[in-house]
Amino acid sequence: MSGRFPAARPYTADAVAPASSKTRRRLRTLAAVLPAVALGVLVLAPAASAGWFLPESDGSPNADAIRTLYILIALIGLVIFIGVEGLLIYSLFKFRAKRGRVAAQIHGNTQLEIGWTVGAAAILIFLTVFTFLLLDDIKNPAASQIDAEGNPVAANTAYAATDQPPPPEGSASINIRVVGEQYSWSFYYPEVEGEDRVYAYNDMYVPVGMTVTLDVQSKDVVHSWWIPELGGKMDAVPGYTNKTWFRIPLDAIPEGEDRVVYEGQCAELCGRNHANMVARVIGLPFDEYERWRQDKADNLKTAEEEAAQEREQIQSQEDGG
Amino acid sequence: MATIPARPQIIAHEVTRPQRGWVSWLTTTDHKKIGILYLATVLVFFVIGGVEALLLRVQLGAPDNTFLTPEKYNQIFTLHGTTMIFLVIVPVWAGFANYFLPLMIGARDVAFPRLNAWSYWMFLFGGLALYASLFFTPPEAGWFSYVPLSLKEYTPSNGQDAWIYMVHLTGLSSILGAINFIATIHNMRAPGMGWGRMPLFVWTILIYAYLIILALTSLAATVTMLLLDRNFGTEFFDPTEGGSALLWQHLFWFFGHPEVYILVLPAFGVFSEILPVFARKPIFGYKAIAAATAGIAFLGMLVWAHHMFATPMSTVVLAFFMLSSFLIAVPTGVKIFNWVATLWRGTVEFRVPLLYSVGGIATFLMGGITGIFLAVFPVDWQLTDTYFVVAHFHYTAFGASAFAMVAALYYWFPKMTGRMMSEGLGKISFWLFLIGFHLTFLIQHSAGLDGMPRRIYEYSNDDWTIMNQISTIGAFVIALSVLLTIINVVRSLKRGPVAGPDPWKANTLEWFTTSPPPENNFDVVPRVRSVEPMKDIRRQIERQTGAPQRFESGKPMVRA
Repeated sequence: MSGRFPAARPYTADAVAPASSKTRRRLRTLAAVLPAVALGVLVLAPAASAGWFLPESDGSPNADAIRTLYILIALIGLVIFIGVEGLLIYSLFKFRAKRGRVAAQIHGNTQLEIGWTVGAAAILIFLTVFTFLLLDDIKNPAASQIDAEGNPVAANTAYAATDQPPPPEGSASINIRVVGEQYSWSFYYPEVEGEDRVYAYNDMYVPVGMTVTLDVQSKDVVHSWWIPELGGKMDAVPGYTNKTWFRIPLDAIPEGEDRVVYEGQCAELCGRNHANMVARVIGLPFDEYERWRQDKADNLKTAEEEAAQEREQIQSQEDGG
Repeated sequence: MATIPARPQIIAHEVTRPQRGWVSWLTTTDHKKIGILYLATVLVFFVIGGVEALLLRVQLGAPDNTFLTPEKYNQIFTLHGTTMIFLVIVPVWAGFANYFLPLMIGARDVAFPRLNAWSYWMFLFGGLALYASLFFTPPEAGWFSYVPLSLKEYTPSNGQDAWIYMVHLTGLSSILGAINFIATIHNMRAPGMGWGRMPLFVWTILIYAYLIILALTSLAATVTMLLLDRNFGTEFFDPTEGGSALLWQHLFWFFGHPEVYILVLPAFGVFSEILPVFARKPIFGYKAIAAATAGIAFLGMLVWAHHMFATPMSTVVLAFFMLSSFLIAVPTGVKIFNWVATLWRGTVEFRVPLLYSVGGIATFLMGGITGIFLAVFPVDWQLTDTYFVVAHFHYTAFGASAFAMVAALYYWFPKMTGRMMSEGLGKISFWLFLIGFHLTFLIQHSAGLDGMPRRIYEYSNDDWTIMNQISTIGAFVIALSVLLTIINVVRSLKRGPVAGPDPWKANTLEWFTTSPPPENNFDVVPRVRSVEPMKDIRRQIERQTGAPQRFESGKPMVRA
């Protein structure tokens, strides 16, 4: 019987010591190189191919903060990924079955179990802390970069609160009611004393530099408001008002153009034409925005008056007939 | 090799003449036959669900494609999701557990054989109820059927009702099956098999069964409310009448997240069985893995609202569900580390079941890491409802469950049929499966980051075109791999090398009996002295007969 197992020597740590020191050296090099490569990739990535590796953002503070958080998680995730996958593949090939090799009969190791449980928990605690550090920037509307007359103001700080608070006191802002319905978005601008009502469909015109807070609602089924470059999505659930915000940077309008356009589309299945429920946010300089708003108000007023006249005519015809 | 020693003979004494022919399949209460019925039915639904996925991928393979109409597209993705979850992954574990759970614990059948048969037939008719809707209008509100879209006002077709009946029938089937498994595991284990000596696959099936009872009962109530809203004038979910559209989402995901673990825990069990067999080493940290299974299940009940981070919720609620979701990463990580440690210093045999298991673990790990991104709710606001999420849950559900499904098939096929599957064909199918999968889904993370929402039937964005084309090619590679596995199954049924009772020299009791096992499974049930009873038995035979029973590293296990 002993002849059947000629090379069956105990497979202990001593037996593999020379190989393991070489391995350790290689691992050490790997450990030094990998984070550097990872960091390099992530630093270069935004410029090289935004959208392939990172969430979109274009200067709106909430979207920027989400991207920062994403990069942090991606770095941690990449290290875990490379570490664990590397270990898995390494042990797979290193410990391939070979003639004469005997598997070590180990049943477990309590210290190791405790170690990796605590290690995993520690990483998550770190992530939690970092998330809460960035949360204010994402959730709380920042101060506008311009005042109510469109003049630039100095940067301001945001304040924390449980639910979405109004922008910091003294800062100008616009609150727009966003209403989803199958398959379009409508935008109701704030009513100003002595001015006419303004609303629009699918294209939301806003002044650059101004903080815009949104009340997201739905008329029928659940929709989701999302302009990727201006931050995360918020569901429009009938019967509820959801809140989000964005601020297009003051310098977002490209050289030689008069506006900046951000595109997005409904992100929650809302029926057969869900794919075509699109929306755009168009940033204008403050003066242009004021002009747009005045024209829109006039047009809406004229249209409403014409509609009223027509209704009257029909009514009188019906009465006459 | 003239001196192959005599094994202890296992003789099945014939008591009544076994029934033959197709009638025996209709009337059977034998857990093994029911298991095969489950697995065969699942295979059919898996192919149907796969073809649906291919149709979706063809539609998205080109911008502004008109291959499918919007309503067809919505119907097909609803059927794809519903089929894969309710008619493939949940019942596939019911199938494998049916066949192997009694064998692994040394029982002669499940506790309630007739109830078991009833479970199977309800599952089949649940599937037929859903697919009957092909003859009128299939459901089109997604597998999650969010209200108000799924209410009569917006989805008037009966397909939605067919979906509800399917959930009821398969749900009841799963719940009764779960009760059966729990009763079997609690009461019918072999002498000496305490909780600490139960195979890990049995552990995961036990937890799977408890989760089913907790989660699917809740779903049954939820879809009943939808049925009442749609057909009997109640207003649970109608906001215009004082109902709440968010109520559905909370109730649905209260089922929906535990469901995720119903899908993957048995897959973890399969990995935990296969790795030690092919590494020729005991599982590392048996107790830690069993405890992690229970831990994942418990925490899995507390994370449902992470599917709803973009709905109106206060920061406190968001933070709670972020933290609870984080916590799940800990026991999940423990499992993965233990699997790696199981391979460590073993002698790893590169057989097809091992390849599928390791491929599954490697893939699932990536899904776990992207899960951390999605658990951080501000990041989730960017990623939710995009292709990033599609990629994430395919990495988990496909990575763990589908890889484990095929691993289990290759591993247990010799036991079920008495014949081995082709190793060469299996290896080709594995590499196609792995490459096809990553080709399909890795790029979808980018599509999501680039702003492509889920469930859109068309797009006209140049960046998305190339991403979707890569995905579509990958989907066909997966299909090719599945085709090869099916060919392998059909070929091996008749032509595979004879397996013998224990071709892998494995650890658990199902390998103690003949392949395929006789109707009563075991004439003698051995006393269990460790978590690896077959190793003990082989050692005992070696001592008594002097003939080596141990596995020798590097030598082929089965000679064709």
